[in-house]
Amino acid sequence: MPEMIINGLAVNFRSGETVLQAALAGGIHIPALCHHPGLGHFGSCRLCLVEILAGGRPGLAASCSLPASEDLVVETGTERVVRARRVVLGLLLARCPDAKPLLELAENLGAVKFTPRPGDPGCILCGRCVRACRAVGANVIGFAWRGRDRRVAVPFDQPPADCLGCRACEQVCPVNVIKVVEDRGRIRIFPWQSEIEMAYCRNCGAAIGPGVQAGRLQKRFPVEGPLSGLCPACRRRFQAALAGGLVIQPT
Amino acid sequence: MTGNEYTDIVKRHTSPNGRVLSILEEIQRKYRHLPEEALRAAAEELNLPLSQLYGVATFYTSFSLQPRGEHIIGVCHGTVCHVKGAARVTAELEKKLGVSEGGTTGDGKFTLESVKCLGCCSLAPVVSIDGSVHARVKPETVDELIKSAIPGGAPGD
Repeated sequence: MPEMIINGLAVNFRSGETVLQAALAGGIHIPALCHHPGLGHFGSCRLCLVEILAGGRPGLAASCSLPASEDLVVETGTERVVRARRVVLGLLLARCPDAKPLLELAENLGAVKFTPRPGDPGCILCGRCVRACRAVGANVIGFAWRGRDRRVAVPFDQPPADCLGCRACEQVCPVNVIKVVEDRGRIRIFPWQSEIEMAYCRNCGAAIGPGVQAGRLQKRFPVEGPLSGLCPACRRRFQAALAGGLVIQPT
Repeated sequence: MTGNEYTDIVKRHTSPNGRVLSILEEIQRKYRHLPEEALRAAAEELNLPLSQLYGVATFYTSFSLQPRGEHIIGVCHGTVCHVKGAARVTAELEKKLGVSEGGTTGDGKFTLESVKCLGCCSLAPVVSIDGSVHARVKPETVDELIKSAIPGGAPGD
């Protein structure tokens, strides 16, 4: 396996991997916000900066989008890196002064200065929700506008008709700005004003999940006959009963 | 304005790559803005998510979601034009047209905008009217300028 040098240690990597991936696999921690193992790299938060000492253009680079290569020598904690990371984190915190994950990072790093900008929506524009919606959702959110007005938005700021209510956006948000409420059989995702009816098991009445998503799954992996519209527990029970064998009680 | 009209525009553009911008440009030219139904129809016809088209439509300043006027008056607010008094030119135009920056007159004739550097700083302050650039504009002469640049188009007429 090819090797590169991170913090003076030889680290293995597979071809196609980035420096951040190689570092994480080698047990070297590099803070990162816009990177998500399931969504790939994006390069917007700039927190994963490392200093290239040899084998590439010397200077700072975002390790999440820096391809690992055989002669590369990088350092993750030089003074230059730490100074730059403080500035980056300060800028992110100016947008979301209340985000716990950011405050924790700032505490670890120390000496992070920032002035909260009033009126900011508390989003760092990392694009994780947008990429998650594209990957597993219905692609209803996206970046809109430009420059200082850039934000994640639903088209025309109207409740998206196609939102599945899958909550992937909420799950991947690194600053917890996407709020979801389940209330009286409905899921409401606040920033997008989505409202999705829950689907219920037609036997026991337990909530199965968002109705739109259940309908979509049903289309892709059709379940017909007596097993349709059931929660997993009831489905197992019905299946067992149908097979004429032992009836398994759900736990 | 039916969905079919927009769909026809989409169908006229056949390049498999990079036809989104030319489609949006044509819609913008024809309707002087990108109507919501147009974007919805285009997204469906192109088989693209509306969220992506919306991103493109809001990114470029040449696109607008609100109807723009027949004539676009763009006052340059680049560094040099700013120093040479662009703010006063804008203020005078706002007074003459009766709209604030970014607005369109009630009769739909003029839209007043501020634009970034037009690249001819030696002529500052400059004003672009329907795409042609006018040099060394003075607040006192904006009235005349509009009259000469737009045939039959004096504000308030």
